[in-house]
Amino acid sequence: MTNEFLLAGFGGQGILFAGKLLAYVGLYAGKEVSWLPSYGPEMRGGTCNCSVTVSDLPIGSPLILNPTQLLVMNTPSFDKFIGAVKPDGMAFIDSTLVEGTSDRTDIKCFYVPATGLANENGLKGMANIILAGKLLKEIGLTDEAVIEKAMKKCIPPKKADKLESNMKALRLGMDYEG
Amino acid sequence: MAEKSLMKGNEALAEAALRAGCKCFFGYPITPQTEIAAYLSKRMPKVGGVFLQAESEVAAINMVYGCAGSGIRCMTSSSSPGISLKSEGISYIAGADLPCVIIDVMRGGPGLGGIQPSQADYYQITKGVGHGDYHIIVLAPSTVQEMADCVTRAFDLADKYRMPAVVLADGLLGQMMEPVAFDDAEIVMSDASNKPWAANGHGNKRKHNIINSLYLQAPELEQTIRDRYQRYAEIEKTETKAVADYCDDADIVVVAYGSTARLAKSAVDEARKQGIKAGAFRPVTLYPFPVNEINAAVKNAKKVLVVEMSMGQMVDDVKLAINCSKPVEFFGRTGGVIPAPAEILAKIKEMGGND
Repeated sequence: MTNEFLLAGFGGQGILFAGKLLAYVGLYAGKEVSWLPSYGPEMRGGTCNCSVTVSDLPIGSPLILNPTQLLVMNTPSFDKFIGAVKPDGMAFIDSTLVEGTSDRTDIKCFYVPATGLANENGLKGMANIILAGKLLKEIGLTDEAVIEKAMKKCIPPKKADKLESNMKALRLGMDYEG
Repeated sequence: MAEKSLMKGNEALAEAALRAGCKCFFGYPITPQTEIAAYLSKRMPKVGGVFLQAESEVAAINMVYGCAGSGIRCMTSSSSPGISLKSEGISYIAGADLPCVIIDVMRGGPGLGGIQPSQADYYQITKGVGHGDYHIIVLAPSTVQEMADCVTRAFDLADKYRMPAVVLADGLLGQMMEPVAFDDAEIVMSDASNKPWAANGHGNKRKHNIINSLYLQAPELEQTIRDRYQRYAEIEKTETKAVADYCDDADIVVVAYGSTARLAKSAVDEARKQGIKAGAFRPVTLYPFPVNEINAAVKNAKKVLVVEMSMGQMVDDVKLAINCSKPVEFFGRTGGVIPAPAEILAKIKEMGGND
């Protein structure tokens, strides 16, 4: 079993962080993992993306062109990548920020108003984590102990006070129906 | 072994360098290797080492020259255009028989090129980089764990043979994160013990050592080079390393190094699933080139395919190594474009992998 996650949005939305969280969840679930950021000029204010592979087998190419799961947080990235999702794949779309919907019938699209939910719940800037929570729920990687261990690892010690709010954002995403 | 963590290739390499006793790092920032310098700038002062951001690449390599002469393990790192700037210094270090480690995290060229991954500096690095009759050891990691393992081996080989050793990576390996583990051993910084040639303080207790690469008498220079080539012959005999997968019964052996070897391996795995007899061969040492290993790997093959992120450079060494005993074809992407495993598989099929 191989999950190929492509995460995309603007620089500053926490795309790389959400990718790192998914990679650590995979690592602590006993899988092979790789994480590859885009490191071009787009990092500086433009679009940003990140490839994360979680697999039972050693990973060949860490670069993902056709994801099994797409997590997308802005319209340019939605337009660019929605067509690349593998048939039977999934897309997790921040519907507060992404205009439009996909007409693809061979993939499952989850429209989560993640940025809106974050703002309403005092979790500003954690829309990335809400979407990651929904993604983890839908692919069935929901062992809370593993996820909490991964989150702890991803949050640097000097920001330890953010652990609780990040976990709240994750649960919000996991519990979101729609 | 401690718990595995996710680290970027650049960071894993930097941590491994410290653990190999690298006491001094001299560098200058350039994408996509800057994390090495950034990581060491934080870690070096905590473990009693020296981190120095030089005023240029040229200055950094000459600081390595001086530091290596004192018998201390030291390192510099850069990416393609920066390595070109260091080439004069590398030649001097080789000419002075000094051990040091140089990291090249390749990006697209020529000129300033781009910042995306590339393998277009194979010729430059494996043929010595600078002027003169000499070799440098070149190791090519393919995973983040190997980024760490290769730098340790590079320091050991550099000391053993008193010559520069290069870890040749690319932007993909430098930037990606994978699980990596380090043991819990305490970090011990290197010193000049076991290096009787070192030009360091000795309190007038012995004759002073001279480190130099200038020999104005031709016969004397010829002799130093001949002596060095005897060492190279020993290295070529004993230090080669390669990995072969499913080569024994393969009709087509795909040869690739570094990150491209991962992509080639994915293509070969898929080919096998489709009933195509493909094998994968990966040189880990680029100098010395694994000549015996590749000949053994292609013994039963009908054809050889070389895949690189360049217009074709290692392909020449493959042809030389097997003495053109099999047809050798090439597939590459360049300029920072990463070849997709599907493209490599298509090339395998085009070469008659279905027959």
